[in-house]
Amino acid sequence: MSDDLLQVELVAADRLVWSGEARMVIARTTDGDVGILPHHAPMLSLMVDGVVDVQTGDGETWVAAVDAGFLSVAANRISILSEHAEMSHEIDLEKARAELERARSSGGSNDEAEEAVRRAEARIRAAERAS
Amino acid sequence: MAVSLREYRARIRSVESTKKITRAMELIAASRIIKAQQYAQAAAPYARELTRAVSAVATYSNVDHPLTTEPENPKRAAILVVTSDRGLAGAYSSAVIKEAERLAEKLRSDGREVDTYLTGRKGVAYFKFRNRPVAQEWTGFSDQPTYDVAREIGDTLINAFLAGEDNPDVELSENAHDVDEVHVVYTRFRSMLVQEPTAVRLLPLEIIEGAESPEDVDVLPLYEFEPSAAEVLDGLLPRYVQSRIFFALLQASASELAARQKAMKAATDNAEELIKKYTRIANQARQAGITQEISEIVGGVNALADANAAGE
Repeated sequence: MSDDLLQVELVAADRLVWSGEARMVIARTTDGDVGILPHHAPMLSLMVDGVVDVQTGDGETWVAAVDAGFLSVAANRISILSEHAEMSHEIDLEKARAELERARSSGGSNDEAEEAVRRAEARIRAAERAS
Repeated sequence: MAVSLREYRARIRSVESTKKITRAMELIAASRIIKAQQYAQAAAPYARELTRAVSAVATYSNVDHPLTTEPENPKRAAILVVTSDRGLAGAYSSAVIKEAERLAEKLRSDGREVDTYLTGRKGVAYFKFRNRPVAQEWTGFSDQPTYDVAREIGDTLINAFLAGEDNPDVELSENAHDVDEVHVVYTRFRSMLVQEPTAVRLLPLEIIEGAESPEDVDVLPLYEFEPSAAEVLDGLLPRYVQSRIFFALLQASASELAARQKAMKAATDNAEELIKKYTRIANQARQAGITQEISEIVGGVNALADANAAGE
């Protein structure tokens, strides 16, 4: 059984967010979305801010919002590393919307503001997709 | 006699209230250490995976990266000193500052100038008092560092390292110069009893696979890199630096709390000793007072009896 499942670890800088078995993991890399199935070739890839979908062994789907980070796949083990990561059920949708509003209204064309907007959008997407 | 007895009692009361404070601080530090250790443990998986990934890239590609290249002729070095925000932790801050001074002396004797970066109010106070320049300082988090702080510090140091003639577009804050190497001085948490000030070189990076290397001995798989090995390395190395700084901050915070607990335990023990001593002296004084009163009464009674006997 465990041969056909991926061991997933979703790790933020300050904690292990989630770990478990999955049938498929979808993440957004710098080159676009990738879906990873068991027996994927070893891969190291950069991720951008976005949403990670994890389809677990018993058919559930977990959604997590992540910041830029990276993804390593080897021997059916996937590690998703990101400075901040949150599972969808930990996200407060109201709060995330307020944050997006704030990030947008603070204006700013600099990278930091754009990053804040992107991050807030990713969190909202994750929360909406899960509900 | 009675006056000094009152004085001793007042002193005992004062020491008792000091003891209550040090005892409370000891207990608080003790409970926070457990939390600090939990934080350090929670951060371990990230550091482990990152080290694994970096060594994988380093093993399977021959990409040179600015962060790993030794400058040919190092002229200036930066030292990040991790101290505490608050005192009452014994020799914690002074030990780490001493270690930093030793390193600075060594670097200067090698013909390098030294820029100092500080975290923690104690270090800032030390440099301000001596009127010595500080490139940049961060305060207010020494007992509970967050990753965001580590990222900010890391970015600042990486900027200072990358700046210079090769990269004219990197901007620096006013007191900072471009540096050729970066060192970190922090206190390593060995155990509740032993914390040692440690100096490590952060940049240029050496990817160390030693004590911290992953326990599984199997060979690293042949990774595909997306988009390319160079770009993956570009994304990984700054994060690796940040995570090393985060590690140093976490170790330092655990060490600070352990040092504080030890110092406060010693202070509580000393207070107990003092109370015992003063209680003895106070009892002695009280006893002396009573003895004197008795002998005065007996003397008075005798004198009266003698006077009456003489009058009859």
